[in-house]
Amino acid sequence: MDIGIITIFILAVFVGFEIITKVPPTLHTPLMSGSNAISGIAIIGAILATTLDGTIGTWLGFIAVVFAMVNVVGGFLVTDRMLKMFKRKK
Amino acid sequence: MKELFIDIAYLISAVSFIYGLKMLSHPKTARNGNIIASLGMLIAVIATVYLGTSLDFYKILIAMTIGSIIGAFFAIRVEMTQMPQLVAIFNGFGGAASALVASAEFFKTLNSSQEATLFLILSITLSVLIGTLTFTGSFIAFGKLQGLLTTKPVTFTGQQILNAILAIIMIISAYMIPTYGVNSFYLIIGLSALLGILLVIPIGGADMPVVISLLNSYSGIAAAMTGFVLVQTNPSAGNALIICGSLVGASGMILTQIMCKGMNRSLANVIFGAVGGEAEASSGSGKQLNIKSYSTEEAAMIFDAAERVIIVPGYGLAVAQAQHAVREIADFLEEKGKTVLYAIHPVAGRMPGHMNVLLAEANIPYESLKDLDEINSEFKNCDVALVLGANDVVNPAARTDKSSPIYGMPILNVDQSQTVIINKRTMNTGFAGIQNELFGNDNSIMVFGDAKDMLVKLLSDLKEL
Repeated sequence: MDIGIITIFILAVFVGFEIITKVPPTLHTPLMSGSNAISGIAIIGAILATTLDGTIGTWLGFIAVVFAMVNVVGGFLVTDRMLKMFKRKK
Repeated sequence: MKELFIDIAYLISAVSFIYGLKMLSHPKTARNGNIIASLGMLIAVIATVYLGTSLDFYKILIAMTIGSIIGAFFAIRVEMTQMPQLVAIFNGFGGAASALVASAEFFKTLNSSQEATLFLILSITLSVLIGTLTFTGSFIAFGKLQGLLTTKPVTFTGQQILNAILAIIMIISAYMIPTYGVNSFYLIIGLSALLGILLVIPIGGADMPVVISLLNSYSGIAAAMTGFVLVQTNPSAGNALIICGSLVGASGMILTQIMCKGMNRSLANVIFGAVGGEAEASSGSGKQLNIKSYSTEEAAMIFDAAERVIIVPGYGLAVAQAQHAVREIADFLEEKGKTVLYAIHPVAGRMPGHMNVLLAEANIPYESLKDLDEINSEFKNCDVALVLGANDVVNPAARTDKSSPIYGMPILNVDQSQTVIINKRTMNTGFAGIQNELFGNDNSIMVFGDAKDMLVKLLSDLKEL
């Protein structure tokens, strides 16, 4: 087992805590939908999975690409839709 | 050379996610932040397609198109009041995608001659477990939010024990994977799906903001666990998943904590407490309240005399679709030289920050939206606090009455303002099912009716003055 992976994991959690605590409550909903889109990063695993040998793995990869793409495209789009509405005082 | 290029591409995308999230720290930069994050995702996808040596481009293109159409359809069509449902579904899809990737890897190791390491089995199991329970749990949460399922907690005796037993069986199944292979694996998937349902059904409608945040966190953790699976065959892709997944996991955890703090409940209490069941029967101390009910004309006169107004919106406002009516009143009052601010409680909507989005949709500038810590000291100097469809979050019992179920919950101190005008449809209790003594205070005035109708009438009365 590679301790390097665990290091990356723990450091990323800390970075996450640091940035997210700075997000104001006003933007918590866009934060959720935006971070949700980021969790669609599983798409890269899904794309790679479509190359796996054996039909089951390939098709699981196919469905995973569909699902992750819903997450990515839908998540970023809806976040943009919301953030567009936040306006300053005229 | 190719590997180096891909590593750099993943590094760039990880940095753009972090930077994009960082730009979310202000409404001014937030939109660009989201765009940067989405470009990061694009880079990651392109690099991955480039990495794959024996990719079936045609198939991937079809899958991506289907997913994009579904995602875009929901994102464009959804109403802002339905945002919690949408985020719940998207969380579910994210979790499912991670579980599917881990499953695909499992079938690959099953077919290969190499013996799977304990680390691999452990990460596959965790990834499938968290991903699948996020999927089923999110759909239950969606059903509750959409009103397809009862919003009341569904409980039965031995529920916790059943959950514990399921967890134990799952651990044993994971241990048995080397012996029973695929059958053990199917059992884990089935039990995870069941566990997802069982964990969400006992949670009441009022606690949904916590559940959504928690599922958001799970979808990130599932991606990180899938990263641990991938890292053994494909270190670059694995690292990218671990980094992004843990960012999202941390984000969801923070929001969960904020929501729990907003309700003065522990996470364990929300998950296992099943609050909101038979609460309707108990109505506080049972003391009779002397309430004063005013017409909108009388209320208009109070507003006319006021200098500083604070509006306290609750979910009832969103249900009545009265956001635009509120803004019209606020605009009118501001034109007359009065100050109008909005006090937003952390759990005012159905998900973190929900109320802010609903008000932003009605073109209310974000500078006017104040959170609990910012606004609470302002109520002393405020002439009129207008409470619209909020109840528990303005109940002074949270400060004073140790026997109250909401004691200790941070509330908006509307009772400190000169006059409190409360709009409600009926005298029904809030989510917590308790009587609100605020309504009987000397400086409190009730104006009954649907929030939208009331505000429209109030505006025309104000104009006639």
